[in-house]
Amino acid sequence: MSTAPSTEAPGTPAPTATAVAPRRSGGGGGLGRYIVVRFLLIIPTIFILVTTVFVVMRATGDPITAALGGRLTPDQLQQRIHEAGYDRPILVQYVEYLGDLLHGDFGTTLSDNRPVTEVLTTFGTATLELAVYALIVAFLVGIPFGLLAASRRDRLPDAVLRVFAILCYATPVFFAGLLLKLVFSVSLGWFPVAGRASTGTEIELQTLDNPSGFYLIDAFRTGDPDAVGDVLMHAVLPAVALGLLTAGVFLRLVRTNVIGTLSTGYVTAARSRGVREGRLLRKHAWRPALIPIITVIGLQVALLLSGAVLTETTFEWKGLGFQLAHYLQARDFVAVQGIVVLIAVVVALTNFVVDVIAALIDPRVRY
Amino acid sequence: MSSTTTTPAGAPRPGAGPGAERHVVEIRDLAVSFATDAGSVRAVDGVDLTVRPGEVLAVVGESGSGKTVTASTILGLLPENATTRGAVVLANKAGTDEHDVVALSPKQLRAVRGTDVAMVFQEPSAVLNPVFTVGWQITEGLRAHGKVSAKEGRARAIEILERVGIPDAAERVDQYPHQFSGGQKQRIVIAMALVLDPGLIVADEPTTALDVTVQAEILDLLRRVRDEFGTAVVLITHNMGVVADLADTVAVMYQGKVVEQAGARELFADPQDEYTKRLLGSVPRIGEATARTAARAAGRPEGWAEATPVVAARDLEITYPGRFRRPGFPAVRGVDLTIRPGEVLGLVGESGSGKSTIGRAIAGLTPVTGGSLSVLGVEMNGARPREVRPVRSRIGFVFQDPSSTFNPLLTIADGVAEPLIVQGRARDLRAARARVDELLEAVQLPRAYGDRYPHELSGGQRQRASLARGLALEPELLIADEPTSALDVSVQARVLELFAELQAELGFACLFISHDLAVVDLLADRIAVLYRGQVVEEGTGEHVLGAPQDPYTQRLLASLPVPDPVQQAERRVELARLRSLD
Repeated sequence: MSTAPSTEAPGTPAPTATAVAPRRSGGGGGLGRYIVVRFLLIIPTIFILVTTVFVVMRATGDPITAALGGRLTPDQLQQRIHEAGYDRPILVQYVEYLGDLLHGDFGTTLSDNRPVTEVLTTFGTATLELAVYALIVAFLVGIPFGLLAASRRDRLPDAVLRVFAILCYATPVFFAGLLLKLVFSVSLGWFPVAGRASTGTEIELQTLDNPSGFYLIDAFRTGDPDAVGDVLMHAVLPAVALGLLTAGVFLRLVRTNVIGTLSTGYVTAARSRGVREGRLLRKHAWRPALIPIITVIGLQVALLLSGAVLTETTFEWKGLGFQLAHYLQARDFVAVQGIVVLIAVVVALTNFVVDVIAALIDPRVRY
Repeated sequence: MSSTTTTPAGAPRPGAGPGAERHVVEIRDLAVSFATDAGSVRAVDGVDLTVRPGEVLAVVGESGSGKTVTASTILGLLPENATTRGAVVLANKAGTDEHDVVALSPKQLRAVRGTDVAMVFQEPSAVLNPVFTVGWQITEGLRAHGKVSAKEGRARAIEILERVGIPDAAERVDQYPHQFSGGQKQRIVIAMALVLDPGLIVADEPTTALDVTVQAEILDLLRRVRDEFGTAVVLITHNMGVVADLADTVAVMYQGKVVEQAGARELFADPQDEYTKRLLGSVPRIGEATARTAARAAGRPEGWAEATPVVAARDLEITYPGRFRRPGFPAVRGVDLTIRPGEVLGLVGESGSGKSTIGRAIAGLTPVTGGSLSVLGVEMNGARPREVRPVRSRIGFVFQDPSSTFNPLLTIADGVAEPLIVQGRARDLRAARARVDELLEAVQLPRAYGDRYPHELSGGQRQRASLARGLALEPELLIADEPTSALDVSVQARVLELFAELQAELGFACLFISHDLAVVDLLADRIAVLYRGQVVEEGTGEHVLGAPQDPYTQRLLASLPVPDPVQQAERRVELARLRSLD
């Protein structure tokens, strides 16, 4: 057998050279290495993110002046700045900030004097819960409808779904939220208007030891089916409002990529061996199409978190976005900085997970 | 599929009666047309073909002759805009059952695909799904036709992989396609076709994407498929050498019709139809140009051999940098080459041998990493872009695929004028137009074609335009990288002829890169054979191809199928002998 690569590729010799590597054991070892390398790459990513946030926040001056300037006399202001250590060299502050971060200390908010860590755990879980619900909605709507549109390409279902997708991602999330509220809460009365749970349930959840902050989990722990139902009912409208935005993107994404793989040689070849059309779609075309889809999903999570800001405001969902809006208004940069860092870390971690999933699907990525 | 039929039913009918000759497939009066925006286009028109059990029928013809459409009909794989008339009666391997494929429902069609007839495609890398193991993909065919346990499926996949010659099949069955070489991939595709033991395999250009030595191995495998599995093969190809090597009978297609059908030996020895004669006449054969080359060599002026060479490479090394912390890939390793003024050097080699890299380095498109490469008096190793630029204006380049090297948004005249404008020989297209017309005329294209867009030209016309562009600056050196490998043989013959004429007239030196030994032999004064980045043999065509000394050249030459079934049978024996020496 000739060991020459199948195609001459002078521009990209490295891939061809590895592609014909005669034998490799399964690829498991390669995958393990890949995951470790990717995980280690998160560290510099987060470091750069944290530094960028720090620099941007400080470029406009110190947080005390930003938050309280004009409300205190210059002398008082100077004293507060000195107490907080903001008059020291910026590099010293930066190193101290990094050290605190490593210990999980994000500082104390200026406007309401709470540890930022506490703000993040309380409201972060709420936002994460909403984001998870929204992702579930996006998957449930985007993927099956995307597959349907791809398999009925250029026919009626495809045309309808394409318009639906455009409506989904072209409608601003606060407008969709208001509309949903108007129809399903105000007119029909099916779902509650706002909040994460009704007051009774909130109190019930507060009585738990070590509440997780995820209301659904906590509701299950109370063992009260009414509490679970109440939490779910509150989640439906915000999840749909935020989820549909992403679902529209997923639908288009799945449709385009599956149409691409449906016309490849390997799908034709499988068809020539008598594989059913449904199976061609769900297995042979779907799996390779997933590779680009997974990557975009990672990017969508970032958008989802920013979309959560508006959704939370619309539905008075006491989450990070809701808090972020509040702290931005108060010009509380310590709090804002903490929230931005948390979101950045979540996005970096999501992308790591996405890379790992992509490697699990695509054997060629593992090196 | 919207199809109509003139035969009454697609229901199974009893096998052919006793005494009648049995067929695995019988195509009767087949006509296929495609509904396009420009109206209905007839691709196949009244084709009759039959294949007996265990027979190899080659369907030959140039692009657009309808050969692939005919073959796709046997599996009912035509696109939705196709309308089919006539009958394609397909029998199972035992001959106990048959169906008219044209009249089958999609469900019935699925039952036939894979079990009665299977397909092998042109590009094995595109036909294997990158995200599933080869074992899974082979078993998928079994699953499509009944329940198979995972264990049984795996066992059968291993068995069939062993039979098609994949070593360590039990281990490699769990590997992914990218872990196999091109030839092995095609073996796997053939294994997939064989796993349900069909009576017929349709192989559409099964070796076109492969190197000659790999092609010879796949042709051997297909011969074993016929002899050991008793499977009939419909072989679609444009390569007359492949036909001579494998086919029992041959059908020649031209413009949707079968113009001639005969046994392979008869067809090559005594073609009846005019088109067949022309087609066979267009196939380049090694040794045809020996006299011409000798005459050219004799006509060289005194002292020519001592003149400063146009290109001189000494111990040339080109290494592509590796990815992060990985070693680089040495594409060219210690090559010595010389091209003298007005000389055509043919550079042959298989994929990855480094032949294109050398061409690109001479044109200054790839940096030289070691040794010396002098082009028109300029040392390219370590040369700065400023020094390379004037050299480029004296070099013309003709690429393999003219459709991708002409900007689709610019007219042919724009494309041909571009080097003139870039190098400051003309201010704009209007000023360059006279020269462009002259060039188009030189490559025998009507002037009016200058106003057309690339897609409005045929492949051969585009390659002529590409040649005109390469010659626009009256280069002292022309680098032609596989200029005819995307063309049909008859078109190739005309382009090569034109090329030889222009070279004789304009007298430029040329590096002619090709994987096709016969094409190189036709044009080159000298031939250099490249193997894994090294020149293994160099000399005149008569010397290198007539009496090769290097074992690799010998094997390369023996692997090349010649368009003559009798001679090819002898060469197969020779190739087997060479292989046994390894």
